[in-house]
Amino acid sequence: MRDFAYLRADSVEAARNAAALPGAMLLAGGTTLVDLAKCGVAEPATVIDISHIEGLSAINVTSDRAVIGALAKMSHVADNAEVKSLFPAVSEALWQAASAQLRNMATIGGNLMQRTRCPYFRDPQNFPACNKRAPGSGCSAIGGVTRGHAVLGTSEACIATYPGDLAVALVAFDAEVDLGERKLRVEDFFLAPGATAEQEHDIRPGEVITAIEIPGSAAARRSTYIKVRDRQSYEFAAASAAIGLELEGDGRTIRDIRVALGGVATKPWRARAVEDALKGKALDENTVRKASELAMEGAVDHGANHYKIALGPRVVARAILKLGETA
Amino acid sequence: MNDQVTISPTTLSVHLTLNGRDHSLDIEPRVTLLDALRDRLHLTGTKKGCDQGQCGACTVHVDGERVLACLTLAAQVEGRSITTIEGLADEDGTLNVVQAAFLEQDAFQCGYCTPGQIMSAVACIREGHAGSDEEIREYMAGNLCRCGAYPHIVAAVRQAAQELRS
Repeated sequence: MRDFAYLRADSVEAARNAAALPGAMLLAGGTTLVDLAKCGVAEPATVIDISHIEGLSAINVTSDRAVIGALAKMSHVADNAEVKSLFPAVSEALWQAASAQLRNMATIGGNLMQRTRCPYFRDPQNFPACNKRAPGSGCSAIGGVTRGHAVLGTSEACIATYPGDLAVALVAFDAEVDLGERKLRVEDFFLAPGATAEQEHDIRPGEVITAIEIPGSAAARRSTYIKVRDRQSYEFAAASAAIGLELEGDGRTIRDIRVALGGVATKPWRARAVEDALKGKALDENTVRKASELAMEGAVDHGANHYKIALGPRVVARAILKLGETA
Repeated sequence: MNDQVTISPTTLSVHLTLNGRDHSLDIEPRVTLLDALRDRLHLTGTKKGCDQGQCGACTVHVDGERVLACLTLAAQVEGRSITTIEGLADEDGTLNVVQAAFLEQDAFQCGYCTPGQIMSAVACIREGHAGSDEEIREYMAGNLCRCGAYPHIVAAVRQAAQELRS
């Protein structure tokens, strides 16, 4: 790991000032930044440690909304009783992510800044071409081993999968990220690669995530996160789904439904076509399975990741049907 | 630079409590807690496995919570309290309940992952995530054992959790 200057910020204001320095990177839990610095992917000139800032780790939940401080640990949010009862998909996405140790380190704000696990991105020595690392250098993944790569939101520049779980639940429930001067929908905070694969987030130099806000809803209260992966635990998603469901008084007609997918796209992927196809319909297996196929509209595979086009809709349907069975 | 920011020179001084005793050391900013523990403080019970946050061999407690020392910068634990495997037994050598359970259940073969397994297990029980074998497996998933001693590790965690509840 290349050496760097180290600054410890004691306030958000100090962090914002320091974050505007050339080559500066913010350090919260360190689970992405320290890892990528060891891989030679991140080479910060200055690391700004924000983990000692007081007052940024509160978790405030009402039926109206959840406001989660940027420095709240993933483990604490996952185990929070109000999050579990009012936003179960958020808790489930968190406790199925990473390991207990990593969840004790990683923060909610840092989690939104998690980078892809694309093995070509993570290996600059062997694979110099990577548009995310070096814009214009090409993509080593296209034509390479693509089993884990995205089928949705890809471009000719990049097919790297967004690896996280939490943000998938956040986009399903219209959460916002608080950057101080501005608030953005989480869905808009994440950028598909297009021709600028190096830009993964709509965040500017000097901006610091201070909180995320999740509006409460009936669909958020009746929600779940299902994650299918190569191992039972401690693995990134092959495909995952965050689903929220609200039924009419008859107990079978869908009033509101939220559908988002992970593990299959270049960013947390909201599937509105599935939602639109199901709103107002009776919840039955055939209808749900047919509508779930719409999650893969526009999907493009690169060989070994073809299975995700079949797997994604099945995970969506399984999650919707599971929610339908719960009273 | 804003006066609320502390700027490091080439090396910086870190003050921490380690297994109940105060320490300070001068380190480069890039030094991980794992390397500081092993190479500077000569506590080699905390193991370096993958050094990439994937195996759990370097698990220690920071302010009572289990974390990976290989992905923690030593500079970050300024003012924090660290517990390593060396700090788990009593002063008189009486083993922690979890250590004793690992011995009784023969929960290791080569032993390299064991300090990390035990530090993780102590926290897993304290968090209330050792209620069933299924829950133990899920919440111990961040500690890999290449020998495959998992059934005995689960048995040891189950036994220790039961003893701590009674």
